[in-house]
Amino acid sequence: MSKGVAITGMGIISSIGNTVEENFQSLINKTPGISRIESIDTIHRDDIKVGEIKTSNQEFIQQLGLPDSNNYSRTALLAEVAVLEAVESAGIVDMNSCKTGLISATSVAGMDMTEKYYYSLFDETHNRKYITAHPAGDATTKIANRLGITDFVTTISTACSSSANAIMLGARMIKAGKLDRVIVGGADCLSKFTINGFKTLMILSDDNCKPFDADRTGLNLGEAAAFLVLESDEQVKKDNKKVLGYVSGYANANDAFHQTASSENGEGATLAMKKALKGANISADKIDYINAHGTATNNNDASESKAILRVFNDAIPSLSSTKAYTGHTLAAAAAIEAVYSILALQHATVFPNLNFKTTIPETNIVPVTEVLEKEIKHVLSNSFGFGGNCSTLIFSKA
Amino acid sequence: MMKDCYINGIGCVSAQETTVDNDIENYQFLTERITHAHRPNYREFIKPTMIRRMSTGVKMGVVAASLALKEANLETPDAIISGTGLGCSIDSDKFLKKIVDNNEEFLTPTAFIQSTHNTVGAQVALGLGCNAYNVTYVHNALSFESAMIDAQLLLNEGESNVLFGGVDELGAYTTSLFDLIGHIKKEEVIENGILDSKTKGAIFSEGSQFFVLGDERSDSSYAKLVDVAVHNVLPKNEIEEKLVQFLSTNNLTIGDIDAVVLGTNGDVEFDGVYADLQESVFENTQQIYYKHLSGEYNTASAFGFWTACKILKTQSVPTNLKLNTVKSSSIRNVLLYNQYRSENHSFTLLSSC
Repeated sequence: MSKGVAITGMGIISSIGNTVEENFQSLINKTPGISRIESIDTIHRDDIKVGEIKTSNQEFIQQLGLPDSNNYSRTALLAEVAVLEAVESAGIVDMNSCKTGLISATSVAGMDMTEKYYYSLFDETHNRKYITAHPAGDATTKIANRLGITDFVTTISTACSSSANAIMLGARMIKAGKLDRVIVGGADCLSKFTINGFKTLMILSDDNCKPFDADRTGLNLGEAAAFLVLESDEQVKKDNKKVLGYVSGYANANDAFHQTASSENGEGATLAMKKALKGANISADKIDYINAHGTATNNNDASESKAILRVFNDAIPSLSSTKAYTGHTLAAAAAIEAVYSILALQHATVFPNLNFKTTIPETNIVPVTEVLEKEIKHVLSNSFGFGGNCSTLIFSKA
Repeated sequence: MMKDCYINGIGCVSAQETTVDNDIENYQFLTERITHAHRPNYREFIKPTMIRRMSTGVKMGVVAASLALKEANLETPDAIISGTGLGCSIDSDKFLKKIVDNNEEFLTPTAFIQSTHNTVGAQVALGLGCNAYNVTYVHNALSFESAMIDAQLLLNEGESNVLFGGVDELGAYTTSLFDLIGHIKKEEVIENGILDSKTKGAIFSEGSQFFVLGDERSDSSYAKLVDVAVHNVLPKNEIEEKLVQFLSTNNLTIGDIDAVVLGTNGDVEFDGVYADLQESVFENTQQIYYKHLSGEYNTASAFGFWTACKILKTQSVPTNLKLNTVKSSSIRNVLLYNQYRSENHSFTLLSSC
């Protein structure tokens, strides 16, 4: 029986590292990437903390060898850095040696440039190049062109669960035999748009975020990109590929409760976790680690905890949210946490939930707070978003 | 082998009056550079308290979705899949303008909350109390086709009834940006509409089309969705080859196509690819266009799909959609081909049922 869809490569950039290895080192050394914001000129500079990548756009442009005339948004720059690492790690020599697709995810898209040149692009013609970088499909198109992928290319946007759905669609396309290989993931950069949006919702913390803590103060926004390479069993066999792990379960459900808030009993989240377990054909007690959505907002952590209790009853597996390291990276969150889930499988390590002190009394869930080495066969990763979008992925050991 | 998939309900809000019983023959050629959607009586579909809070795109989406569900006699679908090139531009533009104009002060969350690309799918789910699979595709002119591919995949995975569709609205600021770089025509079109314009750019509009895809034929069935293929990039000299390949994977040849529905939008710079096909492989095929009635928007191909469904059901082609004089005695196979500014090409195959 198939273990699921094989993962043969991964790439990531986040505020805790520009490569998979750098991210892993930060995770096991308990080094978070939360700071004051430097690259965006916002009046909220001193009231918020963010997971900002300290590499400038100019440095990325040089690293990627882009011409000065390029019209990359920061989202596209991050996406391309991560996707190139993923493709290299999968050892892909000829992109068109088999049916290859690309599915990316974003919510911010090119908003960073649109907000920067909002009025000036009407007067200054050289900034108008960023107009076509505004739509969500632009970063995907750019990386597809860079990689030479010409056929099945698409973009998903379901707010903070976006890249979970990209990974899910990729796995489904492989299973259906529609593609032999697919690169899946997502990217989002920091922007004034999202900073102010979450600020008006009053869910941004002025301090380091504390997922699953009774005294949590809200989320830290972050920026990141991550991509996985998924391949069919035949393709893995044919190219004698090393498999890093498997996408063994996935599900998407809708909370259908409120445009932005999660239901108190976590209906959508419960459905997503249960459906994913059923799809993976494993019982809840087989999960060794939950990489929770855990944004550290009052609403999410309470609702997610309830849902986890509903699915796992009293036998809660090792659990942590890695958002205290990276901040909430929106459409990229599920993809970076997919990379962390695979690292957890590969290194038999649960990454700690930083900044946790006090248990939420109603749910009494105690996350793992120190690096924990243990055998891990199955990891469950949650991602939830505005619009009631709830997605769960299950990753299993190669 | 893909399972048979039937279009069992359709709903459309567009620049034409498409929410009531109104023959396509009555639709007028659009002439303005930018045309807003014809407003249906929203109160028939949405609670008055909700109408005020919803942007045009959300309202259009909810109306198109409810029309499709009603026709298919379906209360709750097994999935809701949306496609939108630009998402909720109106609320996104509104929130962005306030950030810039007020230097990040005095902001309220309403516009931000509704600015996310998945708002339409979310509001449809909320209205139906539907906990099912819910995804939004946002890939420019392939947004609708991506949703359709997912819908077909879900049916093959065992779901029975999936609601899928497209929606795009005209946000004032976003539209002004595309105007600035010449994606919108600089002048109105007259006489024979976009075909005679011979100018750069397209006439812009907005709309939403939703469909119920079911695994069983019913009295309400319009057509069978056979296959969809997308190409992010497709060089001009490979279009014909890919098209023939697409048909051949479905055991068809050009001669089996009874009508071809083209995404011709009157942009002198990019319509050449359609013209080439019209003069070569499709010379003896009945040719149809629709963007002179719907206007251009990222998901306008869903309007073309909607007209194709109607044509297959009624077995007749309205005269105002015809690009040539070729007629076919019966319409069994309809091929749709769309691209936007030389990118994001799609082939969609429908057949009668």
